[in-house]
Amino acid sequence: MEIKERIREFIVENCLFGDTSVDLTDDTALLDTGIIDSTGVIELVLFISENFGLEVPAEDMLPENFNSIARLHAYLEQRVSVS
Amino acid sequence: MCGIAGALNLIAAQGTPLPDLQAMLAMLTHRGPEEAGFYADDRVGLAHARLSIVGVSNGLQPIPNEEGTIWAICNGEFFNYVELRNGLRSRGHQFRTDSDTEVLVHLYEEQGWQAIEALNGQFALALWDARQQRLMLGRDRLGVRPLFYTTYQGQFLFASEIKALFAAGVPRQLDAHGLAEVFTLWSPLPGGSIMAGVREVLPGHVLFAHPGTSEVRQPVYWQLRFPAVEDLEQRAPEEYVEEIRAALHEATRLRLRADVPVGAYLSGGLDSTLISSIAQSQLPHQLHTFSVAFHDAAYDERSYQFRVAEQLGTLHHVIECDADSIRATLPDVLWHTEVPLLRLTPVAMYLLSQLVHQHGLKVMLSGEGADEFFGGYDIFKETMVRRFWARQPDSRLRPLLLSRIYEHIADLQALAPEMLRPFFGQHLTETHLPYYSHILRWQNTSRTHRLFAPDLVASLADYHVVDAIAARLPSEMMRWEPLARAQYTEISTFLSAYLLGSQGDRVGMAHAVECRHPFLDPHVVALSNRIPARWKLRGLRGEKYILRRAAQGIAPEEIVGRLKQPYRAPIRSVFNGRPLPDYAQELLSEAAIRASGIFTPQAVRLLVAKAQKSPAFSEVDQMAFIGVLTMQMIHHMFISDWDHQMATRRRDLRMTRLG
Repeated sequence: MEIKERIREFIVENCLFGDTSVDLTDDTALLDTGIIDSTGVIELVLFISENFGLEVPAEDMLPENFNSIARLHAYLEQRVSVS
Repeated sequence: MCGIAGALNLIAAQGTPLPDLQAMLAMLTHRGPEEAGFYADDRVGLAHARLSIVGVSNGLQPIPNEEGTIWAICNGEFFNYVELRNGLRSRGHQFRTDSDTEVLVHLYEEQGWQAIEALNGQFALALWDARQQRLMLGRDRLGVRPLFYTTYQGQFLFASEIKALFAAGVPRQLDAHGLAEVFTLWSPLPGGSIMAGVREVLPGHVLFAHPGTSEVRQPVYWQLRFPAVEDLEQRAPEEYVEEIRAALHEATRLRLRADVPVGAYLSGGLDSTLISSIAQSQLPHQLHTFSVAFHDAAYDERSYQFRVAEQLGTLHHVIECDADSIRATLPDVLWHTEVPLLRLTPVAMYLLSQLVHQHGLKVMLSGEGADEFFGGYDIFKETMVRRFWARQPDSRLRPLLLSRIYEHIADLQALAPEMLRPFFGQHLTETHLPYYSHILRWQNTSRTHRLFAPDLVASLADYHVVDAIAARLPSEMMRWEPLARAQYTEISTFLSAYLLGSQGDRVGMAHAVECRHPFLDPHVVALSNRIPARWKLRGLRGEKYILRRAAQGIAPEEIVGRLKQPYRAPIRSVFNGRPLPDYAQELLSEAAIRASGIFTPQAVRLLVAKAQKSPAFSEVDQMAFIGVLTMQMIHHMFISDWDHQMATRRRDLRMTRLG
């Protein structure tokens, strides 16, 4: 499955409890809409670690990396290619 | 302390029998296990199950006036009954009992319904006036004691708990608005319930019902108010310190009045420590103090509790609240709260009152109310920080203050200031809203609505809880200081509606234990509301500043200087990494979720899996999980399995007929 789809599925199942009425596009804001709360950020970090083998350092936990599926995807691509 | 129930024929045809008072009272005997009495004629019935605290030997209720034209029942206490009785005697009234309820009857004869304004107490009462053909109900200023009512088949019915109304045959159906409110505020809005057609008398109000009309009126006799900014007092803090000490000493003295021993709850924080200190200084014998200890170290305060008990020299008792006891007790707790829970602290308070009962005590002092009236909660600090930040919304540093407030939330500490902005920066500049302080909290909690089934969501399409709250707020609120607005919002939507109910009266009375709250004394409340905000909250480490100063030299020094720890029970460690208890497996099964129709089965399945396995379980997830589980319990006990529950849980008391 494509990375974006895996992230999307994780968010729908874990943060929205399967609620597909929320329009979750690649660019939907995740943080200021409440789709992901402060614990949700930690959940995402765990998910990334388990599924992509990438440890997200604290200084990378920023809205520019986490505020949409597209941003997360871009961040992952960049980090995985660097390492 | 007691349970009350009754009924009045409104427009039912003459000769229609009243509901079965015995059946109603049989659901309330945990509140009053010692004796029971009733008065009934062809249009009105009043019943009372008694827990004897004042006038033990001769206080059987209902209590009439000299002519037998007025009959009263009361659940609760009038702490100033001695002073009121002396005044009444000097004006020629004859007393036949030592009960504080008799004071009400004579006072009513003199002053009519406004007599209620003279009562310093915590009470829910009913009074039948045969001369005026009028039933009056009344509740104390802040709603310490519960009182529900409904109309059904031309009759008006009331009771201390909803289950007594159901025992009289009132239809049992959930109220969608009430559910939306609980999953936003942790409780229905004051005056409402989660059961269709069942209402609660508002705190600070009386209610009148008359034969011949189905209309009820509910006039207010007391309202929570704060001074306008331009009217604030300009006094030195030392003056307030002296006033607070005097008011708390008097409030505690009145609340030690009882013909049975009075003990105290001790959490290890400032408020209960201060009350215990004052109480012990007034007593000739050792005070019994009671505490909860938690197995989860993050929530445990036992070391402070022991040190306070040791320094005050109290007889201290502790109950260990662990995962097993919480799991085993939860269903019984829900039988008493009659409202789903979003956190588990009421379970701890239930276990605590059980311990008190086992030691033979029935009256406890508590520190409830100090955080609300003297500025102790984090949400007050959060409001101040957000207002400060809102003046410079682009500031990088101001949001950092938020992670300082919530030092006990580890997840937040890991986040950079940029990351706090999306969570705490929402609605940042809407400071013109009177409920600004609570927007984020309500918004967060209402994320649990994601679990609601499509039909429930559809029936709520036109109902917005926050709008309903906003419509009730007093119009002059924006003239008050921002802290006063936050206090008002907190007190009206959380203290009265949740803390004093689900976490107060209901779990105490489950074991016939009455809690008395010196901080809710009308004089203490009036004083605290006069004190300007700058003496309540002074900076991020200055919560309850003026109360702390007042406590110096009275309570142990170490506690006076200690910062507040939220008093709460663990959730995650109770359910994570182990199978669900049997009852939870049944209630959360797909079949049970479909049968009750409140939640979406797939969402519940994902949530339950997360509760058991996920290492990260957010505050909202925890509230959703406990909310779903306990809502399913409520549905089971009060709707689908009611007949069986009623038959097995009722306890009959022999009722003495009076009049």
